[in-house]
Amino acid sequence: MMTITVKFFASLREQLGKSETLLSTSKPLTVSQVWSQVCDNISLPAHILTAVNMEYVEANTLVNPGDEVAFFPPVTGG
Amino acid sequence: MNNLHHPHFLSPQIDIDSIQKLSHSKVLIVGLGGLGSPVAMYLAATGVGHLVLADSDTVEISNLQRQIVHDTFQIGQSKVHSALRKLQAIHPHLQITPIQQRLEGDLLDAQVKAVDVVADCSDNFTTRFALNAACVRHCKPLVAGAAIRFTGQVAVFLPSLPQSPCYRCLYPDIEETAETCSQMGILAPLVGVIGSLQAVEIVKVLLYFGQPLCGKLFLFDAYTTQWRILTLYKDVNCPVCNHTLSADVRL
Ligand SMILES: [Zn+2]
Repeated sequence: MMTITVKFFASLREQLGKSETLLSTSKPLTVSQVWSQVCDNISLPAHILTAVNMEYVEANTLVNPGDEVAFFPPVTGG
Repeated sequence: MNNLHHPHFLSPQIDIDSIQKLSHSKVLIVGLGGLGSPVAMYLAATGVGHLVLADSDTVEISNLQRQIVHDTFQIGQSKVHSALRKLQAIHPHLQITPIQQRLEGDLLDAQVKAVDVVADCSDNFTTRFALNAACVRHCKPLVAGAAIRFTGQVAVFLPSLPQSPCYRCLYPDIEETAETCSQMGILAPLVGVIGSLQAVEIVKVLLYFGQPLCGKLFLFDAYTTQWRILTLYKDVNCPVCNHTLSADVRL
């Protein structure tokens, strides 16, 4: 088993009450699956943006054990 | 040339030619709120020659904690004319074109076409997408900033580079969230951080120096004082910018 590092940014950090969590896995998961596994099986909301290893990606991208996934909200205010 | 901009000579990247170049540059600033305030004030102070200011709103007292180009003497005045007064006090030779309406349709195209860089300081996705599409159409650099609560983002899009993503590549299928700073709240100086970074990027793009934040998304979380720079790729299915890609492929 290896771990995927999961990070929550900005308002997601506030809502979930944590900025980082570790997910143990032996096989690759999609970004959506990572979200569901660390968020009580809730599916990934469509508006949430995702990055794997600091690269902006779509929710169906595969995440390998050892990777870092970051979730962050859209921002439009000004 | 005037003494106001003399201190720039201390920087090897900004020489006399750069100051001349800035004084002949024209920047469109869309939104004269929390982000537009520092962008406009720093560009005026840096010596950009011509600012086109677009905003349909008037100054309200609730704006003043974060929209620092306006002050209590301007309450009820249009934001563009309030800003004009402050910016001319900063830089008397600055040319300002105030547009007190929403930039849409032909007016948007005409204004984007006529400037060197567009600063997106607006507060809604409808305006942001329209601005982005116009910048792609007319091949103009777009420096986009956004901020809410404790978080902010900055990205630079350079449609002249075939590999550059556009704003739509970042938000392919987002719906208007209606999360405005007045409803959700914002840490007032955060718009200063984000707007100032936009101004830095605009000066770099105008003068072709350094590495602009193109193909990157700068994210700042003021609550934890953490920032990250994500790599952003062109979306091959982007409805706005993928025509440039397919045109290149055809060539
Ligand atoms: Zn695009």
